[in-house]
Amino acid sequence: MATRSGRNPKDLAFEKASAFFAFVVLFLAALLFAVLLRESLPALRKFGARFLVSGTWDPVADQFGALPFIYGTLVSSFLAILIAVPLSVGAAIFIDEFAPPWLKKPVSFLAELLAAIPSVIYGLWGIFILVPVLRDYLMKPVTKYLGWIPLFKGPAYGPSVLAAGVLLSIMIVPFILSVSREVLATVPQRQKEAVLSLGGTRWEMLRIVIGQHCIPGIFGATVLGLGRALGETMAVTMVIGNRPEIFLSVFQQGYSMAAVIANEFNEAGGIQLSSLILIGLLLFLVTFVVNLAAKWILSKMVAHASRGI
Amino acid sequence: MKKIHGVLAGILATLAVVSFAFAADPLMINGAGATFPYPLYSKWFYEYSNANPGVKFNYQSIGSGGGIKQITAGTVDFGATDAPMTEEEMGKLPGAILHIPTAMGAVVVVYNLDKVETGLKMTPDVLAGIFLGKITKWNDPKIAELNKGVTLPNADIVVAHRSDGSGTTDIFTNYLSTVNTGWKTTVGAGKAVNWPVGLGGKGNEGVAGVVKQTPGAVGYVELAYAKQNKMSVASLRNREGNFVMPTLEATSAAAAGVEKSMPADFRVSLVDAPGKDSWPISGLTWLLVYKDQKDPAKGKALVQFLKWAIRDGQKMEAALDYAAIPTPVVEKIDKTLRLITSGGKPLY
Amino acid sequence: MTGTITFRRKAVDRAMKWAFVLCACLVILPLFLIFFDLLIKGAKELRWTLLTDLPRPVGEAGGGIANGILGTVVITCLTMSWSVPIAVMCGIYLAEYGRGKFASAVRFTVDTLTGVPSIIMGIFGYILIVLPMKRFSAWAGAAALSMIFIPVVVRTTEDMLRTVPTTVREAALALGIERWKTTLFITVRTASAGILTGILLAMARIIGETAPLLITTLGNQFWQTRLDQPMASLPLQVFSYAISPYEDWHDKAWAGALVLITMVLTINIVARVLTREKK
Repeated sequence: MATRSGRNPKDLAFEKASAFFAFVVLFLAALLFAVLLRESLPALRKFGARFLVSGTWDPVADQFGALPFIYGTLVSSFLAILIAVPLSVGAAIFIDEFAPPWLKKPVSFLAELLAAIPSVIYGLWGIFILVPVLRDYLMKPVTKYLGWIPLFKGPAYGPSVLAAGVLLSIMIVPFILSVSREVLATVPQRQKEAVLSLGGTRWEMLRIVIGQHCIPGIFGATVLGLGRALGETMAVTMVIGNRPEIFLSVFQQGYSMAAVIANEFNEAGGIQLSSLILIGLLLFLVTFVVNLAAKWILSKMVAHASRGI
Repeated sequence: MKKIHGVLAGILATLAVVSFAFAADPLMINGAGATFPYPLYSKWFYEYSNANPGVKFNYQSIGSGGGIKQITAGTVDFGATDAPMTEEEMGKLPGAILHIPTAMGAVVVVYNLDKVETGLKMTPDVLAGIFLGKITKWNDPKIAELNKGVTLPNADIVVAHRSDGSGTTDIFTNYLSTVNTGWKTTVGAGKAVNWPVGLGGKGNEGVAGVVKQTPGAVGYVELAYAKQNKMSVASLRNREGNFVMPTLEATSAAAAGVEKSMPADFRVSLVDAPGKDSWPISGLTWLLVYKDQKDPAKGKALVQFLKWAIRDGQKMEAALDYAAIPTPVVEKIDKTLRLITSGGKPLY
Repeated sequence: MTGTITFRRKAVDRAMKWAFVLCACLVILPLFLIFFDLLIKGAKELRWTLLTDLPRPVGEAGGGIANGILGTVVITCLTMSWSVPIAVMCGIYLAEYGRGKFASAVRFTVDTLTGVPSIIMGIFGYILIVLPMKRFSAWAGAAALSMIFIPVVVRTTEDMLRTVPTTVREAALALGIERWKTTLFITVRTASAGILTGILLAMARIIGETAPLLITTLGNQFWQTRLDQPMASLPLQVFSYAISPYEDWHDKAWAGALVLITMVLTINIVARVLTREKK
């Protein structure tokens, strides 16, 4: 597709036209960033770095700090990762190594369907099914017997950081699962066979090859899942309790960055609106860095794998 | 390519058909704000558009804070609030605004306790104690003392409050600030405050939803929300020392005191009102309209609707658990409606 | 060799196998639970009038979510009406001409946009459309949604065009067909099923989006097709019904969710069938 001199003018026009649309995309992204930056400037000027470490969210006194939202976002996403990664990797191994051929497609198809469910439906299911179940069968017994551990301190309300974490884990499973399967597929078949022929069991083979080849890839998948979890809005706001405070206990309510924007944006004005947009900007930057990291790790791994063969 | 064309053509054709089929759209007047009167407004706008098919009022309940912000930004044709706009807020407006009272309501304390019936007695201090996080168990001696004969569970109290800027919160916190100095100094009053404890719910709907979903929860919502959801409500000791249940009569009783002293701009608080039967957490709710309407057609329709709302509309209030505006006040409002103009021309 | 495998190692192997089976089951389980609950709870309100009637005031039986369904269709079509050309052309540029710094910048930008949380696109729509127009509107919602739609479709378009073998292009060029015609009528056509799949999957995604619409289209309880006015949409209705305290609204939220998921899954399945046919 080398450019030739003396090209057909129509060809040139078409190329220019398509380049124009590429420019439009670039422009829209720049516009988005500019809007976030400009609108968050008043809050940035007023609070500066204090915004990141202050735990006060007080619309009466016009004092705003993002710490409770950052905390809630991180803790709920971390919980989600904690639950989702082992499950997805395990399921990926099941599909690729153990499942009979007729079962591979349906299982992976069903897992992909999870990714298609709109987040408001997850939230609906979360409010009416997941939260009551967690409260009555997990949080109540645990607070009763293990309530002395700060992490599980009661009372068991229901809507909580834990509920958000569990719901998020269901939502990010399909992403981690599909990347994990890609990662597993990079393992050279010869190497697997070699371990098996030396008398290793299936599990021993998996432990060895996964240990050698897949850890960075699975880490990449985890970071990718984290990127998803951080920005999730509706499902989280419906189950997290929407309380801008920091608790050690995962049974207490929290708030997330995306949730506070969704809840307060329509009523906020002045410095509060600017603070919300600043939270949006932070969220934008965090997800940007996280996604970049995931891509970098995964591309490294692919390069590594192709060199290995 | 053919397939893409086919599908795209199909989608565009659907869009075209859909937009032409509804080309004769009626006049749409948009409003947003308070959730407190939402059940009433949704009924009003439904009935009014049935009777007047040429005009539709779209109302979204996003909270009083939202109503004030959006009318200030000019993104809606009218706002709605249960907290009168402050002088500071009015200073940010591009033009003069009118507060049109549409209904009176009661903010009630609702709770979710399995074996405790409705009517649990509370004093202002107990209520403040609960919302300050000082009383944390349902069987706290301070509650038990008021409710002899009621078996109170040894359960944690789960406080639920509004997560959005709300007139209901304004009325409620105004009340607590009036009756409890501890509250006044540590939390204060406003549409959104820095809550010492509790779960946030979005809108009156949200708080009622949280309380219904959470055993041991206590929250504050508009009377209509409590009634429609058959929730247990607390009985409160009022200024004269009587325990009263929140009812329409008790709300009207609170209004009776201010009928004569109603200020010209209708911005008045009804909390802790005098009268032996008065419900202490009562309040007015207002529609916010600009005195000078930019669009004469919309302005005219808005004034027509408001005329209907303060007369015919009032007849629907009781069925939805709102107290009607007293007749002398209606006459005052009518005079105010005559002040609404568009480009200097009266719209009444 | 198998004789060297001790009993203990065999037992561990067994146990791990079952652990993986359990993982797979736990991953799939929520899907069944969600669908089961949607069907059971959604069926209660699933009447014909749900699809044809407007919402009724609080506490009155009956009424439907027709305005929300219409709003979702209108907003989705509106979004796609300009997003599809932009995204597909951008994808063509990246696949067919995209070299050098500019193309890398575009690719990087597209990747970045794919990961941006959808609520932030709502802020974009609010600041750029709602505030200047002084009105919540379908336009603002569509602006926000196209920021979600475009990057996804750019990516799939580029990927799909790259799967078309160079020989196809060369054969066409050798026949003396102009380059732009080759691209548009041979290359793009060869990849059309894949591109369409990408478009449909992105469409399914924006149909279910709620957060950006909350602060751009606001919602509406009536029929509404004027694009410069607040508009209802199905996900928004499900959300506001879900957080309401009314039993009958909860039922409607479930029924609405059932309708929504049916729309989304149908599009998803059509998309999948399309790619399968081609393969």
